[in-house]
Amino acid sequence: MAEPIGGTPGTPPLPVYERPRGLHPPLDFPGYRSTSLRAPSQPLVLLPHNLTEVTGPLLGAERVGPTDNDLTVGHDGEALGQRIIVSGRVLDSDGRAVPDALIEVWQANAAGRYRHAADQWPAPLDPNFTGLGRVLTDSEGHYRFTTIKPGAYPWGNHDNAWRPAHIHFSLFGRAFTQRLVTQMYFPDDPLFGHDPIFNSIPDASARQRLVSRFDLDTTRPTWALGFVFDLVLRGSGATPFEDPDAES
Amino acid sequence: MIPLTPSQTVGPFLHIALDWSDGADAVREGTTGAVWLRGRIFDGAGEPLPDAMVETWQADADGRFDHPDDPRRALEAPAGFRGFGRSATGADGEWAIRTVKPGVVPAADGAPQAPHIDVSVFARGLLDRVVTRLYFSDEADSNAADPVLSTVPEHRRGTLIAQRTDDGYHFDVRLQGDGETVFFDL
Repeated sequence: MAEPIGGTPGTPPLPVYERPRGLHPPLDFPGYRSTSLRAPSQPLVLLPHNLTEVTGPLLGAERVGPTDNDLTVGHDGEALGQRIIVSGRVLDSDGRAVPDALIEVWQANAAGRYRHAADQWPAPLDPNFTGLGRVLTDSEGHYRFTTIKPGAYPWGNHDNAWRPAHIHFSLFGRAFTQRLVTQMYFPDDPLFGHDPIFNSIPDASARQRLVSRFDLDTTRPTWALGFVFDLVLRGSGATPFEDPDAES
Repeated sequence: MIPLTPSQTVGPFLHIALDWSDGADAVREGTTGAVWLRGRIFDGAGEPLPDAMVETWQADADGRFDHPDDPRRALEAPAGFRGFGRSATGADGEWAIRTVKPGVVPAADGAPQAPHIDVSVFARGLLDRVVTRLYFSDEADSNAADPVLSTVPEHRRGTLIAQRTDDGYHFDVRLQGDGETVFFDL
């Protein structure tokens, strides 16, 4: 006979992760044209949080090279652009640090061009900038990397469409449920009001959580401006009970 | 509760950072029992996605996870087993991951779940990842008793079953329209 795998003597119950409701952008968002043929049309089916969902790849230091935390180095010369230091903490929604977690970042160069075969708009490539970084969070969830401020980027979504300057973030957290891919923006970008991707997030205050803040404390004199960007992944909370009738 | 960070699309240039040379290796080459999971990703017009990415996460062949939240965790993970695979799609929407078929994994109440792999799909045009599950065509009895599959409308369950091939299993993902893959609310 099967025995429960959580909650038996000596075994903690399996964590049950918070389900974000109304937080993430809807998959079908007409303002972002590429969603029209890619968003599923059928309702999602509720997936209980079992072992496959509450575990996840614990990718560590073996994936991070010695200069991966500085996107301005590793080439013959230094990358062009405004040098910046991006730092922050990765927490879960219970306020616990997410330690030893891999963060992958990628971005356009200072002119707003990606080093990618699919990006052919007439802005210069920088031979000294690839736009790829990797860092691990420390034991308290802190991370930090150095890069240059990316430029704004034109795209074909609508007439005269431009993306606000952004850095792509990919995080694993500690569980499959915590996986997150998002974008970090910069304060006071005049393009916010015109960008359907930024505005696809339904709640305006949630949108603002993707905007980093300028920080004088992490700004290095005569070297680089500091921006702080904290990320919050789903927590496993204090509520092990879950309503099986919750709408999907 | 601290408010969560919302998702944004992975965009069309994910390869700069996320296309690992060893991404396909959920198990190392030469692992006993290794199979290839292969498939393609299609949009609602039936066109392949050349700019998507698949990620897989699974138990080992004994149904154990190399993770502290698995109380059944083996003392030592099987050699060469990562359990995580990642494959950007090619020009024809194709992806491939080398792995082993996972063992049976108990649900929280102890009921056995059929061998399965959790799959995330990321792409330009997906503002958040979509999550599905891959089951195996040669596990019909386990599949019939699986507590998750049984919650999926019967006529759509087939979209979650990978079919046996010469070197492993084939699993297509249809994001929208005819034969749309079942996606889960995680």
